Parts: sequence; C-alpha cells; structure tokens
Amino acid sequence: MSHDSSLDTFPKLLLDRARRHPDKIAMREKDLGIWQVWTWRQMSDEVRALACGLAAMGLARGDKVAIIGDNRPQLYWAMVAAQCLGGVPVPLYQDAVAEEMQFVLEHAETRFAVVEDQEQVDKLLAVKERCPQLETIIYDDPRGLRHYHDPCLHAFTAVQEQGRRFDSAHPDSFEEHIAQGHGSDLAVILYTSGTTGRPKGVMLSFDNVIITSRHAISREGLRDNEEILAYLPMAWVGDHIFSYGQFYCAGFTVNCPESSATILQDLHEIGPTYFFAPPRIWENILTTVMIRMEDAAWLKRQMFHFCMRVAQRVGTRKLAGQSVGLLDTLLYALGHVLIYGPLKDKLGLGRIRLAYIAGEAIGPEIFTFYRSLGINVKQLYGMTEASVFVCVQPDGEVRPDTVGTPMPEVEVNISPEGEVLFRSPGVFLGYYKNPQATAETLDHGWVHSGDAGYIDAHGHLKIIDRARDVSRLDDANCSLFAPRYLENKLKFSPFIKEAVVYGQERPCVGAFINIDLEAVGNWAERRGLAYTSYTDLAARPEVYDLIQGEIARVNASLADDPQMAGAQIRRFLILHKELDPDDGELTRTRKVRRRFVAEKYATLAEALYGSEDRVTVETQVVFEDGRSGTLKAELLIRDVAAKTPFAVAQG
Amino acid sequence: MLQAQHIDLAFGAVQALSDVSVDIAPGEILAIIGPNGAGKTSLLNVINGMYYPQGGRIVFQGVERGKRLRPYQVARQGIARTFQNVALFKGMSTLDNLMVGRTLHVRSSFLSQALYWGRALKEEQAHRTYVEQIIDFLGIQAIRKTPVGKLPYGMQKRVELGRALAAEPTLLLLDEPMAGMSVEEKEDMSRFILDIREELGITCVLIEHDMSVVMDISDRVVVLDYGVKIADGTPDAVRTDPRVIEAYLGVSS
Repeated sequence: MSHDSSLDTFPKLLLDRARRHPDKIAMREKDLGIWQVWTWRQMSDEVRALACGLAAMGLARGDKVAIIGDNRPQLYWAMVAAQCLGGVPVPLYQDAVAEEMQFVLEHAETRFAVVEDQEQVDKLLAVKERCPQLETIIYDDPRGLRHYHDPCLHAFTAVQEQGRRFDSAHPDSFEEHIAQGHGSDLAVILYTSGTTGRPKGVMLSFDNVIITSRHAISREGLRDNEEILAYLPMAWVGDHIFSYGQFYCAGFTVNCPESSATILQDLHEIGPTYFFAPPRIWENILTTVMIRMEDAAWLKRQMFHFCMRVAQRVGTRKLAGQSVGLLDTLLYALGHVLIYGPLKDKLGLGRIRLAYIAGEAIGPEIFTFYRSLGINVKQLYGMTEASVFVCVQPDGEVRPDTVGTPMPEVEVNISPEGEVLFRSPGVFLGYYKNPQATAETLDHGWVHSGDAGYIDAHGHLKIIDRARDVSRLDDANCSLFAPRYLENKLKFSPFIKEAVVYGQERPCVGAFINIDLEAVGNWAERRGLAYTSYTDLAARPEVYDLIQGEIARVNASLADDPQMAGAQIRRFLILHKELDPDDGELTRTRKVRRRFVAEKYATLAEALYGSEDRVTVETQVVFEDGRSGTLKAELLIRDVAAKTPFAVAQG
Repeated sequence: MLQAQHIDLAFGAVQALSDVSVDIAPGEILAIIGPNGAGKTSLLNVINGMYYPQGGRIVFQGVERGKRLRPYQVARQGIARTFQNVALFKGMSTLDNLMVGRTLHVRSSFLSQALYWGRALKEEQAHRTYVEQIIDFLGIQAIRKTPVGKLPYGMQKRVELGRALAAEPTLLLLDEPMAGMSVEEKEDMSRFILDIREELGITCVLIEHDMSVVMDISDRVVVLDYGVKIADGTPDAVRTDPRVIEAYLGVSS
C-alpha cells in the first residue's frame, strides 16, 4: 500500500481509496439478521452526503461534533464527515450517564452531536440547557422518536438528503474543504475516562494517528484483506486506531456487530483476522470454555485435557517458530483436528493472524492457553496520549511478563525515579483547555506515562504499576507495595473478578475482593450450595474458604520474589456488591478508582485493620435506570497466613 | 372494532359467563381484570373462537361472526393471541417459532414449500424479512437461534408475543402477559405493549393481575366476577367503584 505523504488526513485517504478500489468492501453491519455491506465507493457517497448536510447546517472549521452510540457505520461516517469540513469529532462513552456527558459536551464546547438512538437523545435533551453551545442533535435510529418535536433534532437520513441538494448546488465545495485539511490539524479529541478527577481531553492530530497506524501496519505486517470486529467503545483510543486509523491506512474491512448482546455470536460469524481485547475478555472466554468442558462427557473431557497438555508443551514453541520433535508435531496435528481447530472456530478465533492484549497485566496461564492453541496473541503497551502504540512484543519474543520493545520512531526512557517516559510522532498535542495538566505530563515532547517500570535484559519493557500508587508498607522491612501488581495477581484467579488492596502506611496488606459470579456460581452449584443472589453467595463461608485458598496461592507466588515477599496479603473481605462504573467505583474502562473506593468504604478499610472478624456495611447503589437505593450486608473478615520466603526460612 | 354482545357460556352446570357484553374500540388498550375463576380467559377464548357461546353474538369489524367459525378462520380475520402458559414449540429456535406465526400468510402450495422451489423461495424471503423486523422490534436478536426451551421464562413470553405479532393481527389478545415476571421485565413488556399500539396500530386486550400495570397502561378496564361484568370504564372510575373494591381490589388500592 502506498504511503503517499500527500494523503495526510482521513478525508483524503477516503477519497483516494474510493477512487482506487471502489468496489472493495469497506464496512459491514449485521442488521435484520444479515450482514449488510458498504463498498468504499458507497461509503464515500454516504460520507459526502452527510458532510454536505452538515455544511448546509452550518458546521464550521474547528467546530466539535460529539459522537455517541454503539459501533455503527453511520457514526464512523459522521467522524470522517466532520473531519472533511475541518470539524473535530469528540466520541463519548455510550454507557455514560447524562451528567458525565454534560461535562464533556460543555468542556469541549460541542455544537453538534450525532447519536445512535432514542436512549442517547434522551440523555442529551436532559442536559441540553447546561450545554449552551449544543445546537443540533442528529439521530440515526428513529425508533421511539416519532413524537419528539424538538427543533434541534434531525434524522440522519434527512441530513443526508439536505446534503445531496447542497452538493448539487455547490458541486466543488466538498473537495475544496478536504483540500484545506493538513496532517498537523487537530483530528479528534478523546476524553480519558479519568481514574482520578475529571476526564481530560486528549488532542490528537491526523499525523499522530496516521503515522502511528502506518508504523504498526508495516511492523506487524497487516494487509488490506484483514477482517476486524468493531466492538470496543468508539470513545476509546484503541478502537479509534484499529477501526478508524488503521482502517483508512490499510484499507481492510471493519465489521459492526448487531448489538452488544450478540458480540460473541458475531465474532463467530466473522472470524476476524486481527483482533484486540482487554484481559478480562480473554479471561471470560477461557472461564466459559472451562465451565462448559466440566459439563461435557467423560471421553470429551479426557480428550480435551490430553490435547491441552500437548498444546502446553508444543504450541507456544510452534508459534515462536522453534523446532519441535516429530512425535510432538503429529500429536499437535491430531490435537488441531480434534480440539484446537473446532474450539477456535467455535469461539470465532480460528482465523486470527494477530491479536493484542493491553490495558492490564494478564495471567500467565491465560496467556499461554491462547498461544498454545496457536492464536498469535501479544502484549501491547500504550495510552491515549501516545495514539496507543508505545511498545509491542515482536513475533518470536512473546512472554507473559513483558510488554515488548518500542515501535518504530518511539523512544522509551526510564526516569531516575523509575517512571517510564516516551517520545514519538504519536504523542498528543496536549489536553484540551487544560494547560496545567499538559505541562505536568508533556515535557519537551517526552510524555510522563505515570507508570513505574524498567527495561529487562532482553530489551523488553516491564511495567510494575502506576508510579504514584507504588509506596511502602509500614512494616519492619518497609516492603515495597505495588497495588496494581498485587491486584492483577489476585485477578488471575478465575474466581476473583476485581480486587482492591490496601497497604500504604499500613502494617500489612489487606484486600477487598469481588467474586466472579459466573465462575463462583458454577463452582457453588457443583457442590450443591444454593444461593439467592450475589450478596448471598459472597457471604458464604465456603466461598470464603475458596477465596482464601486462592489468596494463599498468590502469597506463595509473592514469597518467591524477594522484592514482593513482604507484600503478601494478610487480611481480606469479600464485598457484598460488584464494583460498578455507575456507582463511580470503576472508570468506564473498568479501572478501579482507588481514592474514591477508599473514601466510600472507609469503614470497611478500618475494620480490615481492626481486630473484629466481621463488619456491617450499608452502601448507596445506583441502578441502571439511574434510581438509587441502599444495600446492607454483614461481611466476614478473614486472616491468611503468609508463606515464609525461602531465603528467610533458610537463614 | 369488536363487539361481544350478551355472551352466555356454560360448561355443563357451571356458568362461566352470564350476559357479558364488551365493546372494543380500535386502537385502544383494554384490560380485563377480576378474581380467579371470574371467566376472563373464557371470554378471551370466546373472542378467539376457541369456545362457542351458548348465547349472544360476536360482531367483528361490522360483520357478525358465523356460529361455527374455527379458530384458524378467526385468526385469518386478524385476531391473534398469546397463552397463559407459554405455548411455544420448545425444541424449535426463536426464529422458527416466529416463522410458524407466519403460516397464515403463506400462499404457496405444500409441495413447493416442501421442495423449496418456485414461489416458496420468494415467499420465504418475504416472511423472513417480516420476522426479522419483529425480532428487531422486540430486541431478541441475541436469542434468534436458541431453542426456546432453554430460554428464561420472561424471554419465552417475549417470543410468544413475537409469534402473535408475526400473524399481522389487527386485534391482539394477551392472556396474562406479565405473569411471573420481575419488575424490570414487566416494565419492558409494558413498553412493548404500548409500542405495539403506537407504532403498529394494533388494538390490545390484556388479562392482567398486576394492578399497577393495568392502571398505568390501559385506556379502559372491564371487571368480571363469577362470570358477570360488574364494571366497565376508565382505570380511575373502576378503581373507585365500590363493587369492584369489594369483589376484587380490596380497600387499600
């Protein structure tokens, strides 16, 4: 594919592709049960109609356009249509509540909003008075909106109709607008979900996204016949790079699923060749497979476990291109026919040539499970401020505990305090209307990532934790306390969904645990334990025993690492309700809001370090429709023995 | 739209309905309430053509119904219903169950259907498109291929509603559509019933025990007690009617 440097914006790339291969399939969406198709030519026409419609409605250069909804072709078209006119798309998380949206809409001074359906329209109408710049709301799905007569509402198709009339009256204006765009222009503002404080608007230019996308495409060997499933939030930078940046630069096909409930089925039907998922999705898939295998007949179970043992031995070596003995090759081939092939096909992972994991550390067992099946999944390290790609594991050097080597034109350095710094063409322009935060993060082109890490002997970057969260315990050895590291280790267990650990200036490490309802529920059913609800299950002594066992295993693993041996978990309790973004305890990308949780559950934290073995708690919860209520429960607190580190025991 | 006039229905010595007259106006949502055994389902079955009343007559869209009209002939006229105990084919998928609901509108012959040629091909596509629109309307894409027997109860009721809609009725009879549902599921179902009236223009008659639902969504309420109609009016009028309070609602309604 040509890396013509004159194609420095997405509108230009769109026109170029529509000209060069008009009949190649660009996007698909499953609607009414079948995969509807748009070629590059058709997509270009749709975008043109929409862009002209927006021009007719007065979209000016520099105007912000909010984009809100599930992954729909129409919303992706709206992003590039805005960019055609020099506008800036600002995608929002579709499951955010009206208040959260109001902050972003007002901060970004958005004039236009293109949204998916009635649900989003309702949220915007509820906060419209507090967003004085918001003039126009364009919706795609008319269901339920027949009796809405607000003059600011417009149907997507109506805007396109108006656009086609405008286009005939001003035939060259579309191309002229596009020609005025340049690579250094602001292309998109992506608001980070904000683990601490208010979201910040990361400004990325076309150059940021395009250059990073092109480097990734060439280093990873992506082709123009890739098939990807666009299922991750459009507000998240990952989707922006994969389903948008790389889509235009490589020209592969983006598939939009029917609804969020059908993602696994659609994954199976599409069989993507290029796939990204955060660790929890890989974990969920594995948990589902394991649960289903326990239900299978004896013969199938035996076959499965035998073949998986072969895969453990052989699969990872094969994937790394290392030599494998003849008998092993035959056994692996047999395993492929019997187990790996059908299993991958069933999960929709059968055609994957490249898959990424990023976001949090992944359990080594899970990582090797997928790689041993022959799925080329690799770790990636990046952030919104870098246009995603900082480090990626090269083929053949994939290990569970590193995040890889820097991408082309990316420089990585470790500060004297142990913080990871990087500089690249993908580094963001700054935080929108927040010069103070920009100055704190961006220093002469170097980004302070906020992560603590180091480069290992093989030149791979290893991430320990968020730099500001790393601290010391108040114990005899002033042991290192890296909360995310500990929480990730706990979450490697299939029974633990979420964990929050305490330890800063505390005598020992204590943990709040969220159990995984599906895995623990299944475990309970197999043992004949009846339970009525999540709260009920979470309070059972048998479940406490189970979790205690899991924590003891984590402690054993920590005991082996001299740096971490002091951070073994000594006390824990199981929370009565799952931590939830709607309650503000997690961000929309499901990262723990540490300080918020510490405040909200202060009584529990005190009890964790007290002498009692139980504590009553009453919490406010917010239900999905926005109403709130209280949840009351009594929680047990358990002690866990620490394993004496081998070195200490000997000495 | 439909007038049931002076309906008498008896099973041997048991008088299920005595001189019951109900008028159903087009586009309205009518609720039939009453204690158990009051004759509500019997009334629905009479309207449906499953029971033949000993006395009285049914006038549907201005035409008096013949004495011995079979249920499928009644359905052909445009009356569809759901059942109190879900009457789906448990071994078939959601999609197949909905396609069964299209049987009334199939025009090609048995042979061409069985061999899947000629007219049957185009028809199948047209029916499938219609059914997909219903699936979209009810939001059940995720369970399209799932055998219905595996679905939770609330979902089965939704599929049953879909099958009734697949028959393209003008009048829809719902027999306790919310029985056994959680609060959220009831809210969903209420929304669907309202949407059916709004977007599809179908008149709905529902038997329901949940008073908050009845008062919330129905335009008119008919109250039966021991086979006799004791009240007929708007929800507010019926709520304060002393006979209804004594027979059914109780004092703190």
